[in-house]
Amino acid sequence: MSSALSSAFVLLPALLLYGVYLWWRATRLHRLHQRVELSRTALETALERRRRAARDLAEALGPEAGRELAAAVEETLAGADGDLAESRLSRALRRAAAGSAGSSTPRRRALVAAAGDTARSLHMARTFYNDAVADTRRARRSRTVRLLRLAGGAPLPDFYEIDDQPPRAPVAPARSEAS
Amino acid sequence: MGIRVGLVCPYAWDVPGGVQQHVGDLAEALTGMGHEVSVLAPFGGTAPVPDHLVPAGRPIPVPYNGSVARLSFGPRTAARVRRWIAEGGFDVLHVHEPAAPSVSLLSCWAADGPMVATFHTSNPRSRAMAAGSRALRSALEKFDARIAVSEAARRTLVEHMGGDAVLIPNGVSVRSFAEAEPLPGWPGEGGSIGFLGRLDEPRKGLALLLEAFTLLAPRRPGLRLLVAGPGDPGPALSAVPEGLRERISLLGRLDDADRVRAYHSADVFCAPNLGGESFGIVVAEAMAAGAAVLASDIPAFTAVLDGGRAGRLFAAGDAADLAAQAADLLDDPARRAELSRAASRAVRAYDWETVAADVVRVYETVLLWDGIRHGRPAGVRLDPGLRTGALPGLGTRRGV
Repeated sequence: MSSALSSAFVLLPALLLYGVYLWWRATRLHRLHQRVELSRTALETALERRRRAARDLAEALGPEAGRELAAAVEETLAGADGDLAESRLSRALRRAAAGSAGSSTPRRRALVAAAGDTARSLHMARTFYNDAVADTRRARRSRTVRLLRLAGGAPLPDFYEIDDQPPRAPVAPARSEAS
Repeated sequence: MGIRVGLVCPYAWDVPGGVQQHVGDLAEALTGMGHEVSVLAPFGGTAPVPDHLVPAGRPIPVPYNGSVARLSFGPRTAARVRRWIAEGGFDVLHVHEPAAPSVSLLSCWAADGPMVATFHTSNPRSRAMAAGSRALRSALEKFDARIAVSEAARRTLVEHMGGDAVLIPNGVSVRSFAEAEPLPGWPGEGGSIGFLGRLDEPRKGLALLLEAFTLLAPRRPGLRLLVAGPGDPGPALSAVPEGLRERISLLGRLDDADRVRAYHSADVFCAPNLGGESFGIVVAEAMAAGAAVLASDIPAFTAVLDGGRAGRLFAAGDAADLAAQAADLLDDPARRAELSRAASRAVRAYDWETVAADVVRVYETVLLWDGIRHGRPAGVRLDPGLRTGALPGLGTRRGV
């Protein structure tokens, strides 16, 4: 009787502590899922902002010089092959920026710079999203998390891989002034 | 619209250091852009501090990362950190060296909400990071965004922690280096080469520069060498023939104003480092001063010098090549002027205004551009610890 009582004295606090530990693990996981969700919203917003800036630039370049860029923007809206279309938009943007480097109006230069800014933001947003995904996937590989289903019903997030290299290196603005 | 930023610096504010300098310059640049900044750092001195600095407690010297760092830790400091976060009303918390066992790590534990981290360490065997990588993970996974100040710092982070970071280089306050009078008597008529750095640290490459000088000097009777920096020059100097030593000016450690003047004092500024640099602040400062730079082709310098377009590169560790390239530049004032102009232009990418604008871009991304996170709870707050919403079945968590 007394031995059963003493083992209960040991077991109950241990169980309680383990319960708190699991709660803490679940909290971490919950926070990671929130981080993925937030960074995905940021990524989607960044894609949208870049699309708008690219469309403005395409319009300013006119039907001839802006055709490729305008077509690339339309493709990302069609949504058939999302990430491939976004990669194509990156390339179109780089070509458009390189093509209008020398002889362009101040307004056009400002639009090129604005599009470049949104492209740099997109690169950041994608890095932060993939970072959140990597942390979350690592956390969910843990045995405790898998066996006790601490992740609940949340789906495993996927990486987002595109070519998002922005049009110019940051050194470029100074150099273009010289040319 | 200004962003309210809480900056956390783990190292004692009253001791000079790269991270402290970075945080101070960033705070100034952000303030200049119209943002509100509060800096939390260990501080034990009585020296005057900027208005935005909040002392986090008396620092204690601790062996950390291969040298002695002055850090603050413990329950009293933790309480100050918590109060600073609770009362700060920050939109975003920006923690530097978050793994440092000081106010940085304490604020990782204490805070919740939009958080950004900047990693400075580029030590491939950072013991603190390796030993703690599991224990630190729960703190580091709170960050919405990670910044590395160099490719080497980014690699260190990725190897120890996984994940990724965006690269935003260290900044240079270009304006404070751009204009200065040369030191009296410099650069002189017979040609001069400048060097700035610790004299007794082999990786800074003074010995290599002296070897090249020994090759050049006999055929150039007017050539002089300006050497500035702390440390004992003895060992490196002993290899230079007696007769040439009087043409080497040892200026010792310079104050800030004279350091700027030193960059303006030589025809060619030389950075002969053998490696171990993660960014190349010396080269960037020389460029800001409009110097004609001759640097070893280690990755950090090659990057800052725009692949050699904003300064001449020589094969790292090769004294003969250093001498040949230096001779070339000394004989060609037009080329030097050209490099000087190219350097002044290229260094703008590292100007604090440019760098801080990129940091703000990170804040904006984390804050989803509207500052209120599309209606999500805004701002930095104290971490409530365990959350009921996290429990399966109790919470409202559905798919993300």
